Amino acid sequence: MNNYLMGLLTIILGGLFTQNFIFSRFMGICPFLGVSNKTSTAFGMGMAVTFVMTLAGTVTYLVYQYLLLPLSLTYLKTIVFIFIIASLVQFVEMALQKYIPSLYAALGIYLPLITTNCAVLGAVLLVVDTYAYQTLAEAIIFNFSAALGFTLAIVLMAGVRERMENAPIPEFLKGFPIVLISAALIAMSFSGLSF
Amino acid sequence: MTILIPILAFGIIGLVMGIVLAVASKLFYIETDPREEQIAELLPGANCGGCGYAGCSACAAAIVKGEAKVDACPGCNKENIAKIAEIMGVAAVEREPNVARVKCSGTIDKANYKYYFDGSKTCKDVAALQGGDKMCAYACLGYGDCVKACNFNAMSVENGVARANEELCVGCGVCATVCPKQVIEILPKSSPVTVLCNSKDKGAQMKALCSAGCIGCKICEKTCEAGAIKVEDNLAKIDVTLCTGCGACVEKCPKKVISMAQ
Repeated sequence: MNNYLMGLLTIILGGLFTQNFIFSRFMGICPFLGVSNKTSTAFGMGMAVTFVMTLAGTVTYLVYQYLLLPLSLTYLKTIVFIFIIASLVQFVEMALQKYIPSLYAALGIYLPLITTNCAVLGAVLLVVDTYAYQTLAEAIIFNFSAALGFTLAIVLMAGVRERMENAPIPEFLKGFPIVLISAALIAMSFSGLSF
Repeated sequence: MTILIPILAFGIIGLVMGIVLAVASKLFYIETDPREEQIAELLPGANCGGCGYAGCSACAAAIVKGEAKVDACPGCNKENIAKIAEIMGVAAVEREPNVARVKCSGTIDKANYKYYFDGSKTCKDVAALQGGDKMCAYACLGYGDCVKACNFNAMSVENGVARANEELCVGCGVCATVCPKQVIEILPKSSPVTVLCNSKDKGAQMKALCSAGCIGCKICEKTCEAGAIKVEDNLAKIDVTLCTGCGACVEKCPKKVISMAQ
């Protein structure tokens, strides 16, 4: 029992820090750079990704375990997973438009882009491909903590970018160059956590 | 048989997802003004941005809200504007359709070049190097940034100078915004005569730069009976409200830079 809990804790810490999707696996960079202008939008994006990722992780795990594996259709996993993620994103989009229209407007094109967010597809594929995540609980926790790691990364980045607004940045580094440099610095500090 | 299993499995997943989405679209249905959709259908759908909104649907929403006028879309023809006005319950406004005209006649054989550009062939990039490869600082560079920007396939580059097809052009003005040399002017479609030169250089200089440039000789100004032409900054300018379209200036212009509409 204790070992089991320790295993879950490892998964959570891995998703948040040591195996952070942005800073150590380098997945989901597009929304990370695109929506990290303001902390509030970044947090909203993080929450949308968290919702999609957790839900997608659950659904894909069940589909994989109870449909694809018994029918030995595992070679279909990529296309089936993309399909499920796309439907879920559509679903989240409709729900957001109805209940939080301001967030819907702020996320703009990046919301449908979660569909092609490789962090989501990467997470669900990792779950079924890695033997470490055997049970449904482990799969859900892995996806959830990976998404929280994504949120942590994007909110941190947005905080840094908000402070950079008033910083005296050399002319040739203004705009994307300084953003990429700061992302690299944060990534380096995150790599320190895995030792 | 083996092919049937994946097809069936995939089909079932698709069916379930489809049902979920169908239910969700009913559950999360948002009441939108039906007029918005009707107007969006009447707009050209090219999302050119000529109205100042993000796209045609954004423009339709603005029209319904009353933020934009019924004739906000520069790309619509008269019938569609009348229909939009009808939907909104306002009297249709007669609006002069516009057209883009490239004020340059410096084709490859007539303009002199500073250098041969061997890099990325876009006007924006060429303009960044000494203002362009043509000697004349005001010339159309002819690398076709406007052609790429035009949503209505109206622009083309002929012999090193861009030209708008006036039948296809709706006057949305996107080309004029992307042009780094600001050589494209949006004029009322009915304006009969245009000076196809943008150079403010003095006559003697101009002759050395381009053989098809306005030299500001004022012959057109003297010829025009309606008094519609004025030479300012060494460049002839036509007042479209006074121009009668008689064509006398077109004939008299020694440099042949004044042109009748197509």
